[in-house]
Amino acid sequence: MARAVTTQRKIVFTAIAWIIGLAIFFPILWTILTSFKTEATAISDPPVFFNFDWTLENYAIVQERSDYMRYLWNSVVLAVGSTFFGIIIAVPAAWSMAFVPGKRTKDVLMWMLSTKMLPAVGVLYPIRLILIEMNILDSKGALIFILMMINLPIIIWMLYTYFREIPGEILEAARMDGATLKDEILYVLTPMAIPGIASTVLLNIILAWNEAFWTLTLTTVDAAPLTAFIASYSSPEGLFYAKLSAASTMAIAPILILGWFSQKQLVRGLTFGAVK
Amino acid sequence: MGRITLDKVRKAFGDVEVIPPLDLRIEDGEFVVFVGPSGCGKSTLLRLIAGLEDVSGGEIRIDGTDATNLSPAKRRLAMVFQSYALYPHMSVRKNIAFPLKMAGLDKAEIDKRVEGAAKVLNLDSYLDRRPGQLSGGQRQRVAIGRAIVREPSAFLFDEPLSNLDAALRVGMRLEISELHKRLATTMIYVTHDQVEAMTMADKIVVLQAGHIEQVGSPLELYRTPRNKFVAGFIGSPKMNLIEGPEAAKHDAHTIGVRPEHLMVTPEGGTWTGKVGVSEHLGSDTFFHVTVPGFAEPLTVRAGGEVDLHYGDQIHLTPDPAQIHRFDAEGLRLA
Repeated sequence: MARAVTTQRKIVFTAIAWIIGLAIFFPILWTILTSFKTEATAISDPPVFFNFDWTLENYAIVQERSDYMRYLWNSVVLAVGSTFFGIIIAVPAAWSMAFVPGKRTKDVLMWMLSTKMLPAVGVLYPIRLILIEMNILDSKGALIFILMMINLPIIIWMLYTYFREIPGEILEAARMDGATLKDEILYVLTPMAIPGIASTVLLNIILAWNEAFWTLTLTTVDAAPLTAFIASYSSPEGLFYAKLSAASTMAIAPILILGWFSQKQLVRGLTFGAVK
Repeated sequence: MGRITLDKVRKAFGDVEVIPPLDLRIEDGEFVVFVGPSGCGKSTLLRLIAGLEDVSGGEIRIDGTDATNLSPAKRRLAMVFQSYALYPHMSVRKNIAFPLKMAGLDKAEIDKRVEGAAKVLNLDSYLDRRPGQLSGGQRQRVAIGRAIVREPSAFLFDEPLSNLDAALRVGMRLEISELHKRLATTMIYVTHDQVEAMTMADKIVVLQAGHIEQVGSPLELYRTPRNKFVAGFIGSPKMNLIEGPEAAKHDAHTIGVRPEHLMVTPEGGTWTGKVGVSEHLGSDTFFHVTVPGFAEPLTVRAGGEVDLHYGDQIHLTPDPAQIHRFDAEGLRLA
């Protein structure tokens, strides 16, 4: 039944939505604004919003002091790499759980999810020691592996949910048509699940891009991504707010742009299967 | 060739035995229909033959070779599913070509066969559409097209018409029968609709609770049902089954009389009853007649122009040559 919504109510709700939205966005906006201020204006009291002398010097200094492109490249390699290998492992895993479930499939799924509830710091030292022992601390390969492992439960869960929406008869038809397991996954299942796989990939790239705990604790120079780049400006001594903001803006810009252009796909992916 | 033999084939899901050991021979070129109420195991039996389910025991032979443990792909069988199971992301052309591509045929041969199948099934003008843009009947044709291009040794149909509306169903029924006549390939067809079974089959296999109740031609089953279950299941409307003193008069526990074998007379007659609901089909009329002492009303078939009304008293006489007799176990008495 359609409910009549009065114009007045619409205005009130729209206003509330905008206020909440702006409140959430404010820190990001403030960061971006601060990045264009001088260090002195950045800490001025009362704070200034728009009427200050806009400057790009922070960006210039940040780029001069540290190699932004190298951090950016590391972030791209870690996010894309961990997602790529994650998908390759997750597609067959989700296939088997969705289409040939066993008695314990539900338990395995829950167990995988439960690993996300473990405080990461609890395994920091074992993992750090293993990496030191294997001499791969601060290596991109090791970090790709670790980021993939921590996000794998989410990737498998998401793909599992999409695959469950695909009728099993279609895969059986493929089997009758002479498809091997590989053909079935490659030519039938994957193309049918493309929207789901795409949103899983997007979400996972964002998660891996933003991951700060492991990237900060396991990297120093060679594998350090943008999270480490930002952290290097949060120095306790000296006033670096404007430069810190410039670094932050440069770090979040790529993922913000990616997220903006793919928001439709993301929303569709995350609500896929919720409504039939 | 498409001779399929089942030898003591058994299927259990966990502790539940859905198909107790079962033997069946399907000859090359036969149109065999598996029919039975829902849950009788007919679809499971088809899936065992297809290889989509593993048998729990016994042996399946296709053209003399043991296929029990072969993968579905290697059995050279084609299947048409109830839901059509078309590949939604592929065009009609690619759907039909898929099994050929899997078989590794070259492109020219694939194109030739796809065009051929499309012509036979009147799909020429739809080849570049997606399944989502087709009607139910057209989708079913694509599913059949995908099955025939492979030139399989047998076709398996799993309730292919139950998603279609009544008019289309009759049309597709004829098309499938016609296809069988033209290809002369073995077909195994699963349905719960005894009308489909009667109209299409060379041989009907009546199943109940995983057991084969009877195997025979449609008219054999109709004329000499081996037990009460087959008698009641085959034929529409159902055979009248009467127990008690009336059956005892014929030395039987139960007697069965088909609606068309009851004669209506104004007076005299063996049984007297009151007309209840009548169903007018135009060509025929079916009366439901309550006879005192009978557990259920009798169904009587009369011509289209019979003038009888609710509450009228009528007299019924069964054709003595057409009375089926069953014992207490429900088995047919000679």
